[in-house]
Amino acid sequence: MNPDDCDNGPALLDFDHITVSYNGKPVLDQLTFQVPHGEQVAVVGPNGAGKSTLFKALVGLLPLRSGRIRIHCKPLGAHTDCVAYVPQREEVDLRFPVTVEDVVSMGRYGRSKWRNRLTAQDREVVRRSMDQLGVLNLARQPIGDLSGGQQQRVFLARALAQEPHILLMDEPFTGVDVTTQEVTMRLLESLRAQSVTVMVSTHDLTLASERFPRVLLLNRRLVSYGAPKEALSAAALADAFGKQIFFTGDAVLVDQCCGPDEEHQHHHHEVQHD
Amino acid sequence: MINWLLQPFAYDFMVRGLLASLLVGVLCAVIGCYVVLRSMAFLGDALAHAILPGVAIAYLVGANLMVGALVAAVLVALLIGYFTRSGTVKEDTAIGILFAAALSLGVMLISSIRTYAVDLTHILFGNVLGVSSGDLLLTAGISLGVLAVVALLYRPFLVISFDPVLAATLRMPRELLRNLLLVLMSLTVVVSMQTVGIGLVAAMLVTPGATAYLLTKRLPAMMVLSAAIGAVSSIAGLYISYYANVASGAAVVLTATFFFLLAFFFAPQRGMLSRMRGAYAS
Repeated sequence: MNPDDCDNGPALLDFDHITVSYNGKPVLDQLTFQVPHGEQVAVVGPNGAGKSTLFKALVGLLPLRSGRIRIHCKPLGAHTDCVAYVPQREEVDLRFPVTVEDVVSMGRYGRSKWRNRLTAQDREVVRRSMDQLGVLNLARQPIGDLSGGQQQRVFLARALAQEPHILLMDEPFTGVDVTTQEVTMRLLESLRAQSVTVMVSTHDLTLASERFPRVLLLNRRLVSYGAPKEALSAAALADAFGKQIFFTGDAVLVDQCCGPDEEHQHHHHEVQHD
Repeated sequence: MINWLLQPFAYDFMVRGLLASLLVGVLCAVIGCYVVLRSMAFLGDALAHAILPGVAIAYLVGANLMVGALVAAVLVALLIGYFTRSGTVKEDTAIGILFAAALSLGVMLISSIRTYAVDLTHILFGNVLGVSSGDLLLTAGISLGVLAVVALLYRPFLVISFDPVLAATLRMPRELLRNLLLVLMSLTVVVSMQTVGIGLVAAMLVTPGATAYLLTKRLPAMMVLSAAIGAVSSIAGLYISYYANVASGAAVVLTATFFFLLAFFFAPQRGMLSRMRGAYAS
């Protein structure tokens, strides 16, 4: 448990034949791939492909049934604050009496010991993170008073305040306003400059192919992984999406609405919170 | 007036009762903030009833009733934690099962003790005037201990309550913290047994916290205000009990409920009236 490992530079992420099951059913089967230092990867695939599951396994929320994940060549759990994860908003209780600043400050809890007060440096990181995501003027507002997009930016600011070497974002572009999408894109650019390894799950195949150097196409197993052109080839898409995909000469249509289970849940949650 | 205020405290047992009520009022109110925010009101009520078999057994073997209650409450709290650990049984289901089982066991044991009838009402509704010096010392010790743990572990408790996913990401010992919170709740319920009784402790856990929630924006402020409401309700309730000659626990709870209703209707932002005004304005 040496927190200094995070200072070894950007992280190499190594997935070695990982299998993750949920309620007894395997959701991810024998996934093997590596994310090089500072790479930005878009994770795409049909609903229920296991995109969120992959992230949850990586932060230790779901146990691995078999296989290994290594960060900086060390097993999962050896690092307490290397990985930051921005889940979909509906996973936290937004009626909780915390301000924006309180939430972002939580990003520093992994670094400073629990009982110690935040140092001046911690507070500066918190302030800078809020500033970068455009929520500094909301610092004293209760988190529940914010719009969905603003809340998302607060959680991104918190992830940034963790000063992670790996940042995972689950559908950051879904159901948010244009400002938030733009701020998120700018964040990705600045993270690239800082060589932070990033994995982003998205439903938007165009965004994945235009803005990310690497794409991971997932459907419970690894379908393809590499530069967008290769990873999102017609054959790979047909393999991953099956009947949800339709080829018309040059164009490729993918119907991602209303898949079997995952998407329905998203819609329910969004209705509740918006 | 001063005479009116001081008169009850000419008696030592009233002074002890007041101190115990104050301690319990503050303790319940602070722990109650987590109970309100984590939606554990049902658990508070269940824990209160679950201590009955512990009390009965302690009575049977001639041990301190509070110690018996303590053992039973901690045991039930940890059992609830165990049953729900891997998500096999939902929490409210596990609580429902264990609560009923413990209560039944308690009733069974008590019905086998013929001379118990009088003491039982004290357990159900509290007997603040029967607080001995030893009881007061135990109450003070446990209260200060629980409050110290809450202060010390403020951040981890905040994170596991607000965002369990972040807690996992930061590799906090979530199960340990969750069980610890359950144990702290059990301790709170047990020390409340004597002043408000197990029938009403759930109200003391929830009402001040819910009132403070309506009036504050941050958890520390909510805890302080909740504690103040708990303390004021305890003192006011005791006076009402003394002068109107009614059960002290009930008077304390009704005072707290009065504060809640005030906040519910008149809170600046979350109150009913300002919401209605907001609805008309827009």
